Amino acid sequence: MLRYLGRRLLLMIPTLVGVAILTFFMLRVVPGDIVEVKLRGDGGNVTADVIAAERARLGLDQPLIHQFGDWMLGLVTFDFGVSMWTGRPVVEEIALRLELSFQVAVMATIVAVLIAIPLGTISALFRNTWIDYVVRIFTIAGLAVPSFWLGMLVILGLLAWFNWLPPITYTPIYVDPIANLSQLIWPALAVGYRYAAVVARMVRSSLLEVMKEDYIRTARAKGVFERLVVMRHAMGNALLPAITVIGLEFAFLIGGLVVTEQVFNLNGIGRLFVQAVARNDFMLIQTLVMLLAVVFITVNLIVDLTYAALDPRIRYK
Amino acid sequence: MRTTVASAALAAVIACSTSAVAQTPKRGGTLNFAISAEAPTYDCHAGNTYAVVHAVAPFYSTLLKFDLSKYPAVEGDVAESWTISPDQLTFTFRLRDNVFFHDGTKLTSADVKATYERLRNPPAGVVSVRRASYEDIAEITTPDERTIVFRLAAPNPSVFQNFASPWDCIYSAAKLAEDPLFPSKTIMGTGPFKFVEHVRGSHFAGTRHDRYHVPGQPYLDGFRGVIFSQGAAMLNALQGGQVLAEFRSLSPAERDRVAGALGPRLRVEEESWVLKLTIAFNAEKAPFNDPRVRKALSMAIDRWGGSQGLSRIATLRAVGGVMRPGSPFATPEAELAKLPGFGRDIRAAREEARRLLREAGHPNLSFVLTNRTLAQPYTPGGVFLINEWRQIGVTVEHRQVETAAYNAAQSSGNFDVLLDFSNEFMDEPNNGLTKYISSDRSPNNPARAVDRDLDRLYDLQRRETDPAKRNAIIREFEALAMERAYTVPLLWWHRIVATHTHLRGWQMSPSHLLGQSLAAVWLDQ
Repeated sequence: MLRYLGRRLLLMIPTLVGVAILTFFMLRVVPGDIVEVKLRGDGGNVTADVIAAERARLGLDQPLIHQFGDWMLGLVTFDFGVSMWTGRPVVEEIALRLELSFQVAVMATIVAVLIAIPLGTISALFRNTWIDYVVRIFTIAGLAVPSFWLGMLVILGLLAWFNWLPPITYTPIYVDPIANLSQLIWPALAVGYRYAAVVARMVRSSLLEVMKEDYIRTARAKGVFERLVVMRHAMGNALLPAITVIGLEFAFLIGGLVVTEQVFNLNGIGRLFVQAVARNDFMLIQTLVMLLAVVFITVNLIVDLTYAALDPRIRYK
Repeated sequence: MRTTVASAALAAVIACSTSAVAQTPKRGGTLNFAISAEAPTYDCHAGNTYAVVHAVAPFYSTLLKFDLSKYPAVEGDVAESWTISPDQLTFTFRLRDNVFFHDGTKLTSADVKATYERLRNPPAGVVSVRRASYEDIAEITTPDERTIVFRLAAPNPSVFQNFASPWDCIYSAAKLAEDPLFPSKTIMGTGPFKFVEHVRGSHFAGTRHDRYHVPGQPYLDGFRGVIFSQGAAMLNALQGGQVLAEFRSLSPAERDRVAGALGPRLRVEEESWVLKLTIAFNAEKAPFNDPRVRKALSMAIDRWGGSQGLSRIATLRAVGGVMRPGSPFATPEAELAKLPGFGRDIRAAREEARRLLREAGHPNLSFVLTNRTLAQPYTPGGVFLINEWRQIGVTVEHRQVETAAYNAAQSSGNFDVLLDFSNEFMDEPNNGLTKYISSDRSPNNPARAVDRDLDRLYDLQRRETDPAKRNAIIREFEALAMERAYTVPLLWWHRIVATHTHLRGWQMSPSHLLGQSLAAVWLDQ
């Protein structure tokens, strides 16, 4: 197991190097640079020498290979550079937003799991009954309704009916849990609903498959109670595909809540990503892509390890 | 040029707001307001977006400031009084004796000198965006701690008003001596508020500066400028009372939504804006190197009709020439209507436009209009233009791109026609006309044209200190610029600011960059 883990961790290195090369050079193909956005983006009579001086200060006048070498050297030494927009360390910019994004992702995952597993199970067990139909309508609606649109409805509903809105600035949960939760519960619910719909449908279809397996029939033939058949014999296997989906969705939520963050005015990673792209803030974009690559790779690894824990047939060597 | 909003709800709102004008300001409270963009720097001298001014103006003072009730008149900020020599080459300012930085040190003429030296001759690594505004200053001297003298090498009628620029934040000479980049890292000025925190992507916060030089001010205990990246979230916060204002501008639809929801609890003020949309034809590229084509395309636009339609959906309204209608150097409407593209008879103008295109050999012209992706007012402006040009048989592809790609197209010349914009803080021809002079002299004109006739007229007006003579030169410049049509105005922007009625003391102006110190703002609660 440890050798497997070590091998997977070592495999991360070429993957990340590949991501780094692709990200760096693809960004340089995109037209425009941050200096012009910063100094001319809102108009103004900025002379060419001011633009050139700022480009030189940011190192954008250096040959590409030199810039790439500097960045790679920084990555190896965990020096991710400074944001070309704010002049602040990239790590500082990301850390400021990561806490919020991580919390929303965790809360949305909890919401999704709490809704999806019972609903998916009930839907499978009561297949083609009115209960199943209700659950399926609920989940199809969850897939069809974009999270940001649901978020907008939530906000407008709170405003119209209660004349109340969630706080507009973030307070960490360890500073003021009530302020924190009253801001983040709404995006977590809006995102969690879609997330729950995806997982519930996966649980339902997976459980339906498993319930047809021979070993389930055997368990029933032995006279095992139906509840035990489901909980002890079926659920473990039925949850495996759902765990993959939960893992991937969680990783996506760290940086993918672009519009939802804007709707709720959340200062998260998704919004930072979009702003960095709009400004051509190369250093920030590169580091954010690397961060998300690490998150996806790590989550995949955790999912694989969870498979082994849940399914005794899977053993990593 | 202030206008009244027609809807009944807004009329009630305005009536409600005017009844309380004479009230005595109350002390206390924290103002939350919205900033719809993130400032890329704290350094006013390097800043070029309103987000910088809205975020940091409360922390700084300037030498002069605009008296918004008498705009474009100016008044002293840290300057107590001033004299201007008869030849308009020497400006002597006497500074107030009671101006203190937030670190407790007293402001002297050395601080003002260090600030303007940094603006006009920035040290290595320091960005000064408006360096050209002060290129005529030959020398700055400080005879004593409270006197500063600016000597110009040549007369320049714009210099005096430039001393009221909101971008010219005064910095501590001692701090600049320690680190010329100090203003980009730390906020420390003599303004009405002391810096508390900036959580990037979230908010700026300030607290009252007890030693502010205007007695009794500021009235607020503090403020919080909350950063929004999306208009809908900002509107919700405005409607819900989480922020009491957004000081740049709302669109007409946003105004109507918030006014409809808040009724008499909202004050809406509108005014023509010192911003305009312009159309830049790439004069290096055929067929836009042909003046007949450029003029035809300008003449095909029904600006007067467009103004009526667009003003209902976009932050566009006034029809004007090179200077903002209603401003000191603006062209009277009757005279404006004689310029190509500004005539009232659009049928005749379009007939002439078709003739010009036929004559130029391009009766079925097609090209790409490069535009920004921003909804207001670029998208409606672009769509309007395409429809106008369609009326004379011209086919246009609307290419909307992000700011970075837009700037790249602008600076590389990789465009046919560009929907451009101007961004000024005052009605000053020396700034505004840079949109029309040769591109090799003005990076502000993306048309890539070289026209020494326009340059000559620009220079003439730039040195003319007699306003009447200067006005005549500007008229000549404008007639030539519209005839040659490298860059032509589309419409001037229209500013709409909605504030909760218990927010008092803030003054509307033609520029979203002015009056943002918040020193006189108070909360009636």
